[in-house]
Amino acid sequence: MEWLTEVWFSTPQWFQVTAYSLIKIVAIMLPLILAVAYYTFAERKIIGYMQIRIGPNRVGPRGWLQPIADVVKLMFKEALIPAKANRFLFLLAPVLTLTPALAAWAVIPFSDHLVLADIDASLLYVLALTSMGVYGVIIAGWASNSKYAFLGAMRSAAQIVAYEIAMGFALVGVLMAAGSLNFGDIINGQQGGIHQWYVWPLFPLFLVYFISGVAETNRAPFDVAEGESEIVAGFHVEYSGMNFAVFFLAEYANMILISTLTAVMFLGGWHPVFEFAPFTWIPPLAWLLGKIVFVAFFFLWFRATFPRYRYDQIMRLGWKVFIPVTLVWIAVIGICTFHTPIGHWFH
Amino acid sequence: MLSNYVPILIFLVVASLLGCLLLFVGRVLAPNRPDEAKLSPYECGFEAFEDSRMKFDVRYYLVAILFIIFDLEIAFLFPWAIVLEEIGVFGFWAMMLFLAILVVGFVYEWMKGALEWE
Repeated sequence: MEWLTEVWFSTPQWFQVTAYSLIKIVAIMLPLILAVAYYTFAERKIIGYMQIRIGPNRVGPRGWLQPIADVVKLMFKEALIPAKANRFLFLLAPVLTLTPALAAWAVIPFSDHLVLADIDASLLYVLALTSMGVYGVIIAGWASNSKYAFLGAMRSAAQIVAYEIAMGFALVGVLMAAGSLNFGDIINGQQGGIHQWYVWPLFPLFLVYFISGVAETNRAPFDVAEGESEIVAGFHVEYSGMNFAVFFLAEYANMILISTLTAVMFLGGWHPVFEFAPFTWIPPLAWLLGKIVFVAFFFLWFRATFPRYRYDQIMRLGWKVFIPVTLVWIAVIGICTFHTPIGHWFH
Repeated sequence: MLSNYVPILIFLVVASLLGCLLLFVGRVLAPNRPDEAKLSPYECGFEAFEDSRMKFDVRYYLVAILFIIFDLEIAFLFPWAIVLEEIGVFGFWAMMLFLAILVVGFVYEWMKGALEWE
């Protein structure tokens, strides 16, 4: 044991930093990938029960090994690259989709000191990385050289950029309330119980942010990009086997990311619902996880409840409803802060 | 301060390596028996006709142009929102004026029907 510590301290400092970061990255990524696996399972089970079925129940006790079986199946499926496709771009697209979906987690704080990179501009970093997702979609649709994939990519890209604006404006409201881009500061600005959470003063922005998040991840009811009844699977129709699995992983990681960001920015992050016992006995990480699960459940509930929007309705909602609403609310926050006595409500 | 960003860089590298690794695992484990039918683009069983890189609606361009303007606007609003307490009432109304000018353009686009999809 002593020998090991001696070797460790004799290594150069850059090596120690890298090794330490790598351990922490694995400690974030492994639970995340497991969460993705069991999120898909939860989706099938919950939607099953909502439709009065029992969902998958054959693999393992009560179906608990179903996601593992799914992964193994995808591993042994032939991963085709269409003859007319641009091979390099075709393989680049899934990696380009997955990388931001995972790397955005680098700045998510899990409790007061539990964060990989505590940077000042964490919100900006997340916004920048999540915007990268659209490249994966466009490149996949273009490189496939297939009509369905191309149509799906065009639709998806227009939808993602439309909702990204609404999302960005909603975040501006959060920044006005918190006065910081750092997630730790944003969360600590909501300390003191449920009435301090930003969800109340920023309620319209909360709705816009979450619904835009659903649209950004191309989930039902905004899933025209992969409307299976018309363009089969949209931009990833030509992907099979592990190539497809990477897109799948990225989509669900993004859903969990949106849930986490909603919990962090609007629902008080790791702070308990009430600032007194017994609520304060529950550790901060458990509060955060509970809130993430709560928000993530809505993604599944939406899918089981709402019929798919038409494309013109989606674009109308994004451009003509959400963007005006967020613009007005930014003005409301400012006017209330500077010209009315109720300004402290918004901070 | 900049050293705080090192773990992010490592995370980006690890995440892209994981993506490549997953694709590689698929390559190694899965069978690879391509034939002409499998490798043709999927079109509901038809032989593919025409080039798939076809013309598309100009509205997608319009949306993209609008997106750039508004996304830039957000980039301006971010630092403004952070220092709002310091720049005070004047800073707030200055940005509202800027937003109002932008909204005029937005309303024009709206009236012109650039946001209609039918």
